[in-house]
Amino acid sequence: MITDFEILETTRMFSEQHLDIRTITMGINLMDCSASTVEESCQKIYDKICRYAGRLVEVGEEISRKYHVPIIHKRISVTPISIVAAACGAKDYTPFAVALDKAAKACGVNFIGGFSALVQKGYTISDKILLESIPEALAVTDFVCSSVNLASTRTGINMDAVRDMGIIIKKAAERTADRGALGCAKLVVFANAPEDNPFMAGAFLGPGEPECVINVGISGPGVVKHALESVKGKDLGVVAETIKKAAFKITRVGELVAREASQRLGVPFGIIDLSLAPTPAVGDSVARLLEEFGLEECGTWGTTAALAMLNDAVKKGGTMASSFVGGLSGAFIPVSEDEGMIAAAKSGCLKLEKLEAMTCVCSVGLDMIAIPGDTDATTISGIIADEMALGTFNNKTTAVRIIPVPGKGVGDEVEFGGLLGTAPIMPVNTASCAEFINRGGRIPAPIHSMRN
Amino acid sequence: MSKNTAVITVVGVDRVGIIAGVSKLLADEGINIKDISQTILDNLFTMIMMVDLKDVVIERSDIVEKLNKLGEELGVQITIQHTDLFNAMHRI
Repeated sequence: MITDFEILETTRMFSEQHLDIRTITMGINLMDCSASTVEESCQKIYDKICRYAGRLVEVGEEISRKYHVPIIHKRISVTPISIVAAACGAKDYTPFAVALDKAAKACGVNFIGGFSALVQKGYTISDKILLESIPEALAVTDFVCSSVNLASTRTGINMDAVRDMGIIIKKAAERTADRGALGCAKLVVFANAPEDNPFMAGAFLGPGEPECVINVGISGPGVVKHALESVKGKDLGVVAETIKKAAFKITRVGELVAREASQRLGVPFGIIDLSLAPTPAVGDSVARLLEEFGLEECGTWGTTAALAMLNDAVKKGGTMASSFVGGLSGAFIPVSEDEGMIAAAKSGCLKLEKLEAMTCVCSVGLDMIAIPGDTDATTISGIIADEMALGTFNNKTTAVRIIPVPGKGVGDEVEFGGLLGTAPIMPVNTASCAEFINRGGRIPAPIHSMRN
Repeated sequence: MSKNTAVITVVGVDRVGIIAGVSKLLADEGINIKDISQTILDNLFTMIMMVDLKDVVIERSDIVEKLNKLGEELGVQITIQHTDLFNAMHRI
């Protein structure tokens, strides 16, 4: 018998603390959509996505209604297009992005990820074409997300690709300058990219994944913050225990939804991604949660330690709640999407260098950060290189989703709308790293990658 | 397979006829009340009902809309949630 206390605790998590299922993401293998012409391949892609994901939104809404649990997004991730498109011989992959966009709209989902390439050790001809197509593809589509894996602990860092992505990010910004460089908000580069991540912009279905799979991303910084408010002044062991318990409960909801979605759609359940994903709404902020530890403002000394502990406790609670945890799993720190991060960046307390330090201990990386539009492409590559090094040498996933907003400088703001939020333009160290970046080549894999 | 049961929570300012109104609606829908508890929490009337849904499938019926409409009339917030949610969250 469930007690009244437990029932009220649950209902308040949803009504007052913004607990939600952030996304049900269906991964769809597109390997069999390769064809000798672009038109044929795009038609196969469109047909297959619509066939598999046609009921995804409807099923999401049914589950939401049954449990009165908000399920914010229904999304699709697909096999990296650089693999699918390789056989068609095209010199531009934009039509593939258009086909994905059309399929996403037909299915009623709000993002589709997988305009991607895995180039951690080197380029195929197709990878190169995909990268060159990214700025145009993101400009002419609404829902397509793009990701490129540039590095891994097993392979080291592809510095040629790091150099090229600096240029491509600049191009994507310029191509969507009329929309606040929105193209860059849909483009992320990774080290150690997870192949089962349900969150955008980095979702794609890796080559080792099944034909079709349901991955679920959960959220709930507000629930954890609320739990911490009840242990004000207690020592950090108590805090860790409190976070674990909250994370456990949140993850169980995700597991329930994932299993039910999987059963209703007749598609295997893959993983739960137990991330604390903020939104711009007040009360749904990771920064405010960190401040609840006892920090005056996010970004001050102690922030990294608090985040490390938060991330670890979330994982410990979550892994107890679900046998299949994957994706990114941890706390997200996207600046524009987090009300507290925006405030801290505006006040100057949260700087780019501190965010970099924070990415050493949390699940993603430099995420949704707006920088001056005149930032040099090699400087962007330098930022990416540092972040890739953190991931590669610390055996973890890191990412960069950075937005050089044309025509804007420090003190300005850019508004993306919706969950992508608002970003203050943050200052960037402008001392040149061009000579380093232009060397190219590969940074060898770290010694601790030799585990055989 | 778990039983088709649900938890209905009613939260709002206390007034005459809340229990009567909710009970009547459930009776009309053929939903059986197994347990009721109520309390005043933070000055708000809070009622929790355990119900047996019988053949009613929450997501395929209009029970959610009917409860919402009744909630508006009574000035309270009424939610219905399948019991599996609470079992998943609070029981290992």
